This record gives sequence, C-alpha cells and structure tokens, in this order.
Amino acid sequence: MNQSPGLPHSHEEPWLPYSGRGHRDPQAGQPAVQVEHLSVRYRKAGSDALHAVSLEVAVGQRVALVGPNGAGKSTLLKTLAGLVKPQSGQVALYGNPVGACHHRTAYLPQRTDLDWQSPLTVSDLVMTGRYVHLGWLSWPSQADRVRVRRVLERLGIADLAERQIGDLSGGQQQRTLLARALVQEASLFLLDEPLNAVDEATRDVVDEVLTQHTQNGGSVLVATHDLGRLTESFDSAVYLREGRVESILPFGSGPLASLAAHPAARGANE
Amino acid sequence: MNWLLEPFQYAFMRQALLASLLIGTTCSLLGVYVVLRRMAFLGDAVAHTTLPGLVIAYLNHWNLFVGAIVAAVITALGIGWLSRGKRLREDTAIGVIFSGMFALGIVMISRVQSYRDFSHMLFGNVLGVTTADLVGIALVSFLVCTVLLLVNKELMLTTVDPLHGQSIGLSAERMRYLLLILLALTVVTGIQAVGVVLTTALIVTPAAAASLITRRLDRMLLLAVLFSACSSVAGLYASYYYSISSGGAIVLACTVLFGVAYLATRIHWRELPAEHDAT
Repeated sequence: MNQSPGLPHSHEEPWLPYSGRGHRDPQAGQPAVQVEHLSVRYRKAGSDALHAVSLEVAVGQRVALVGPNGAGKSTLLKTLAGLVKPQSGQVALYGNPVGACHHRTAYLPQRTDLDWQSPLTVSDLVMTGRYVHLGWLSWPSQADRVRVRRVLERLGIADLAERQIGDLSGGQQQRTLLARALVQEASLFLLDEPLNAVDEATRDVVDEVLTQHTQNGGSVLVATHDLGRLTESFDSAVYLREGRVESILPFGSGPLASLAAHPAARGANE
Repeated sequence: MNWLLEPFQYAFMRQALLASLLIGTTCSLLGVYVVLRRMAFLGDAVAHTTLPGLVIAYLNHWNLFVGAIVAAVITALGIGWLSRGKRLREDTAIGVIFSGMFALGIVMISRVQSYRDFSHMLFGNVLGVTTADLVGIALVSFLVCTVLLLVNKELMLTTVDPLHGQSIGLSAERMRYLLLILLALTVVTGIQAVGVVLTTALIVTPAAAASLITRRLDRMLLLAVLFSACSSVAGLYASYYYSISSGGAIVLACTVLFGVAYLATRIHWRELPAEHDAT
C-alpha cells in the first residue's frame, strides 16, 4: 500500500486536549480509518503487539477484526482510539490525526474494562458519552438529557435508566455501552467484543444499530470472536494473527463467499 | 436545652465546631472519590508523611500549616511519579515514600528531643484552633470543594471508566495527580482536627458508611457530608462532657456511624432475598 501524502505519523501527531474545541472536520474523500505500517510494542513485551499493520475502513463500511486471542485486535482498536501510542506507522481517521477526532470516534471497551460497581445509574453512564462535546466547566443540558432518553428508548432499556449499573445483566451492560456511543454522535464506532456473552435479543439490537449506523454514513470496526453473522453483517473481515494482517476478506465482492470456508478464518476461534 | 447550648457558650468551642464542620465536609467529599478509587491507604500515607514538613516548619518558626501542605504535596506527587505508567505498583510506591518520610519526621523529632511539642500534631487538637488556623482551614476547604465541584464529572468518569476518558482526550493520569494534590491539601486540614494518626479515618469512614447505604454518587456525597457533620458535633459534645480527646471522640463517632450503617445494610440485605424469591 502506498503511503498517502500528508498522512499523519502516529507517534508524532499532536494530542488535542479534552473538550469540544480544536477538533477537526473530516477531510473530503478520506476513508474513516487508514492505517499504514503500524507497529505497536508494549513496554515490557518481547515482541510487537502489532507489526506493520495496514488496513482501511471506508466511510459507511462495517469491518470485522477476527483472529485468535492475542492476535492484536484489541491493541489495534485501542491505538485507533488513542489509548496506545504506536512505535511507528501512520494512522488517520477521516484524514486527521487520532487526537483530532475524539468527538468523532466512539470506543466501546470490553465490558470487563469498566468498574460496574461504581455508584452510577444507566443514564449517568450513558451521559458520559456527551462529555467530549461539553468539555471542562460545562454540565449536561436538558437537550443532552433528552438525547440520552431517546437513545435508551431506541435500545429498549429506557426502563433501566435509573437502575444502578452493577445490577445489569451482560446484555444490558452491552446495550448501555452502545447507548453511550450513540449519544456521543460519533461517526466511527470501535467495538471490542460487543457480542461476548450476551443474549440473542441484545445481538439483534447491536446488529440493527450498527446496520442503521452504516446506512447513515457511519463506519464500524468490530473485534469479534463471533463468526456466526460475519458474512451477512459485515462488508469485510481483517484476519489478524500474532500482530500481523494475514488476510483481508471482502464479502460479496471477493472470491470468498463465506469466511468460514477460509483456512485463515478457521483459526479465528482456536 | 441548656445541655445542648452550654458547650458553645465558649468561643473556643464555637471555633472548634466551625473548624470540624469545614474539615469534615472537605474530607468526606474527597473521601468518596478516595473510597471509590480504593485509595484509602494513600490518604493514610500522605497524612503520616506530613510529619517532616511539620517538624521543619516548627524548627524554623514557619507556619505549620504551610509546612504540612508542602510535605503532603511533595509526597502525593512523589507517589504519583513513582507509580506512573505502572512501572512500580502504587502500593509499593506508597510503602517506600510513606515509611521514608515518616522515619525522617521521627529522626527530626528525636533531634529536638521533645516529643511533647509534637503530640498535638500526631493526635490533633481542634479545641486549640486559632482564628488564623480557622482562616487557613476555610481557604483550603473552599479551594478543595470548589475544584471538586468544577471537575466532578471528569473525576467521576476517570474513576469509573478511565479508558473512555482517555479516548476523549481526558488524561486519567492528570486527573489522578489532581486528586493526589487535593488529597494532600485535605489531609492537612484534617491534621488540625484529629492529627496525623487519625486523619485517614475522617476521609475514609464517612464515605465508606455512605457507600454502604447508597449506590448513587450524588447521594453518597451528601450522606458522607452528613455523617461527618454528625460525627463532628457528637465528638465535640463527648469531648466537652467527658473530658476526652476531641480528635479521638470525632473519629470514634465516625466509626460508630459506620457500624450502624453496616448493621443496617446487613439487616436490609438479609431481608431482601425473601422479597426477590416472592417475585
């Protein structure tokens, strides 16, 4: 893949502070995600968590990241969310550096990354999705509260709005995190294992929300072990193994009708 | 009625009540975040490490309050710096700095060869708070409470979900440093009331009692302040009528309230399963 002129170097890019100010608009014609030769190494690790990874997610696309545990799926998502600094390579979100796109990117961590025993209600947690627009010394307005209520209704958890987050089931927790991404009104969703240990109804809700999101011009990158709905729900899949991209499988347009048929993908659940 | 009003006919008791309420409010508000972030041991460490600052200030005839604040802030930042990026676990950094600074304080006291001069620092004496002390306490309390109010949502977010905070450009590390500095300032106000040894109780116990009763942050903050206010008043009455240490009495009142909250929640939870079974 040729390097695009002006693509920001991830390890040198400016880091914009928290708040709605200073964020940049998308550059015309640029993909939602463009990653070139990205390498990431954790401080005490002996080898790269990601090595020379290149991939692209076009605007309006839904792409799956698949691969065995330790393949680098979560690291890639965290790098795109600005949580991990790469050693080398370039990353651009809508043509801008990662730090310029806080408001445009919603990162959904694995549910285990949150402290669910914290004294917050579902609506409190979902409201944190608005913080990127509020910044310092601003508090949620009535309009923000209406946004939260509407999103909770859309995801079928309006009746849980005042429930403590520690009392939620796995599926309800996942819907709550998805609700937070929706109230953030981000264009790019980065989801880490959103279908892990959730009920079938939640899977349907997640699928429907992501479909609508891409139909409205949003883009989605999902790390998943769940291959069940891969070909019907995603535009393509990136297969990672030991920090490297082994293959990129386009569904519908490529020679592969089903990821399950691909030898690389068969290793995804190993 | 006379029994209630009698202690506060004296100016020193009125000053002590005001100081206790200010200190209690500040300690308990910050204490909620300390408890939620499981940093109780850190409060204890910062309290103990003010000792060398107090001794240096005393020996040089400086303001003790300022000496304690400088030592506490240095400790808090030192712990933050040593444990940044998880190079060293926070509890290990606390252990190293805590014991080192406290030992330095003890060595300095031994040089002065007068333990009695420092006993009010170790155990506090809210009844001896001067007007100048009260002004200092009020200023620090105002500063800490104002900052807490202004950054409440950011502190809450980086406590619950630091990854989300970081993904929107909010540095969890910087928020931690801010909390450490606020903790250092708060600890110093607590020392005025209950001394170096018992300050942690003033920070942790009301917040811990509130966390047993409610799982809503706003209610937890209010309850913690209410518990600390009740403890301050009850402790001062006990101190006046039974001629006991005011600091010890205030902390014991906090502990009794915690015990009541614990028992009440135990009884409540014992009854709950039956309700759940029925539904």
